[in-house]
Amino acid sequence: MPKVTVDGLEIEVPSGATVLQACEMAGKEIPRFCYHERLSIAGNCRMCLVEIAPGPPKPQASCALPATEGQIIRTDTPMVKKAREGVMEFLLINHPLDCPICDQGGECDLQDQSVAYGRGASRFEENKRAVTEKYMGPLVKTAMTRCIQCTRCVRFAEEVAGIEEVGAIGRGENMQITTYLEHAMQSELSGNVVDLCPVGALTSKPYAFEARPWELKKTPSIDVMDAVGTNIRLDSRGRAVLRALPRINDDVNEEWASDKTRHAVDGLTHRRLDKPYIRKDGKLVAASWTEAFDAIKAHWTGEAAVLAGDQVDCETMFAARALAGSSMLEGRQTGLAYDTSSLSAVNFNTTIAGIENADVILLVGSDLRREAPLVNTRIQKAIRKRGAKVFAIGPVTDLTYKVEWLGDDLSALTKAPKVLTDALKNAERPAIVVGGGALRYAGVHGAALALAKKFKLVRDGWNGFNVLHFAAARMGGLMLGYAHDGGIKKLAAASPKLAFFLGADEVDYSLFSNTFKVYVGHHGDNGAHHADVILPGAAYSEKSGTYVNLEGRVQRGERAVFPPGDAREDWAIFRALSDALGERLPFHSVDALRAEMAKAVPALGVEGLAHYGWSEPALSAEVNGKIADYPIKDFYLTNAICRASETMQKCSSELVHGTQVLEAAE
Amino acid sequence: MTSIAHLIKTFTLWEFVKAHWLTLQYLFKPKATINYPFEKNPLSPRFRGEHALRRYPNGEERCIACKLCEAVCPALAITIESEPRDDGSRRTTRYDIDMTKCIYCGFCQEACPVDAIVEGPNFEFATETREELLYDKAKLLDNGAKWERAIAANLAADAPYR
Repeated sequence: MPKVTVDGLEIEVPSGATVLQACEMAGKEIPRFCYHERLSIAGNCRMCLVEIAPGPPKPQASCALPATEGQIIRTDTPMVKKAREGVMEFLLINHPLDCPICDQGGECDLQDQSVAYGRGASRFEENKRAVTEKYMGPLVKTAMTRCIQCTRCVRFAEEVAGIEEVGAIGRGENMQITTYLEHAMQSELSGNVVDLCPVGALTSKPYAFEARPWELKKTPSIDVMDAVGTNIRLDSRGRAVLRALPRINDDVNEEWASDKTRHAVDGLTHRRLDKPYIRKDGKLVAASWTEAFDAIKAHWTGEAAVLAGDQVDCETMFAARALAGSSMLEGRQTGLAYDTSSLSAVNFNTTIAGIENADVILLVGSDLRREAPLVNTRIQKAIRKRGAKVFAIGPVTDLTYKVEWLGDDLSALTKAPKVLTDALKNAERPAIVVGGGALRYAGVHGAALALAKKFKLVRDGWNGFNVLHFAAARMGGLMLGYAHDGGIKKLAAASPKLAFFLGADEVDYSLFSNTFKVYVGHHGDNGAHHADVILPGAAYSEKSGTYVNLEGRVQRGERAVFPPGDAREDWAIFRALSDALGERLPFHSVDALRAEMAKAVPALGVEGLAHYGWSEPALSAEVNGKIADYPIKDFYLTNAICRASETMQKCSSELVHGTQVLEAAE
Repeated sequence: MTSIAHLIKTFTLWEFVKAHWLTLQYLFKPKATINYPFEKNPLSPRFRGEHALRRYPNGEERCIACKLCEAVCPALAITIESEPRDDGSRRTTRYDIDMTKCIYCGFCQEACPVDAIVEGPNFEFATETREELLYDKAKLLDNGAKWERAIAANLAADAPYR
């Protein structure tokens, strides 16, 4: 633990810390462009210059210099000030003064820092450099003349996203950032380079010229596009959510967000259900709330089945359960029927941050890159930082890192090949990740648990057994009992008189031909097409909701905007319906509902990791057959919001189906 | 001595004489009032009247939707929406000024980096209904076309002092 003095303040810094980090710890602001906490150090912007003694009598780049014992660091001398002004002047030589038309304006590092550390006037009178635009896909808009060559995007693509498709060519003034072949970035995380770019060289294409940061209302929320539970900030203006940005949460998403999280928000304003509908003579006809409630009342027998979709919040599921009873609840829309007697056996026990520390990882039928891109980055990190070895059972797919494929035969679980057994035996922190794709097959869950037992994946201070869900509502649903024994097929076989579908669009509705179907949701998608009554609900941006992510982390998001038209928050719909049915629910506000919910399931009352405790259900470990495919065929179109989003449609056609959308040359 | 002077002033009604003398002087001076709708006072080049959105001489709109005027407006009278135009350039799809909110402070034209929004020399835009004072982009561009010559002259006259 070296001791350094920063501007006369003596502090102790962890060994290995850089001078820049030491200055930060001392509470000094060091301007920087290329340095980023989560990326490797490049040291090419030279903005972080400080004066250091002992050492040469010149300013030094603090980001690339380790802090050592007895260093005296000055950040406030005239020399440092002059050095920063000089660097800033050089950076601005080739940077166009087009802030008024730049989307970064108002949240631009270069803008802010030139105000704080620049000279205020330019002495440069020659011509500025101009760079041709590069094509980087449907999500990233480029204006490469603005680039200051910090190479953050290059480092992000390589180190976090795991794609080596962005790079720098040329030297000095002729250096350019490009995707080499000018094709779209083949990454589920490409949107993050927009946040990383300290200037306006890379900006968001769907959000181009839409708004300025100061006009937007910022609401902390939780993403529902996958089960990671990315912490996001919804930026809204008026009644529309204009963009979603990640919030920093080191336990969940660090500071990244997948492209779906970021760019599906335009789907929130399309194809919305904004008034109740009733099916009359085979056609859905707009109706009033009272008419809709009366239609439901005619089929009410005191009990109903409830099928929860992938994006439902816990409040909705709890309210539905409170009204409809808890004997016929199901959340696993696609017909999965794994055992849920022990929640820990269907949880991502290693935790998202914890998987970084694993040294051997076995993926079973899990296409992590599409099912949970942000878990994939953690594994990428485990490989990169700690040299983890990754094995996988399932059809070969590109996971952005080196994987030893063990074939798609599931028998590899019971009769593990020698490479795998050796690796697992010698591993200190081995982990297995069972994907939702594999859970379809009978016995896989049991075989995976048996494997975990055999190789002691669960040991002191380490739990290496993981099931990877990809529905935001899944863990919350399981905690609330949304798992019918035998899955959706068995539930349908009981042919309930009345069923509520909470935003369930992936359900096979032919199973419920004799059931009166009430769809409570926000988009006119598959579920709404089959419904007998539609009650318009709120999307995740329009209600404050509790979500449990794949590792059992209870998180709350707040309401950013109001639901459109006659649509209401889902719990309020059930409360009103309960009144109409004469079985009034005992809550009249979200807080009261949450109190009730916390009484029923205490873990849902506290934010943070829910502790399930480790217990293994006794399951048959017999498996045979092959993993045919992965459940997510099209990453960009997995739910109703995405399917309504123009941006996601564009991404799907270009990045998944490979039809290049030719753009007019600008 | 003062009392004698006072006595004389009192008996000669000196104040009245003085007042009448002043009145008589004004009778021969030029008139300060003007015959308003037919005659107008000169205006400063910095006069802040009705708003106008200007165009470049080639007909291209100047406004680039940077939204600085919207941000600086202390009365929150300006509303702008923007999106990329077909040629990819940044343009407004909506530029509204609520003239009933506007306090004619001139911050919008100070903030404008391209001299697009200006307060022109026109002060005669009274309307019969309130709604007519809610200006949209078409109205403002129309104002620009109407007043361009005067606005350009004013800007040129004020340029040396900026």
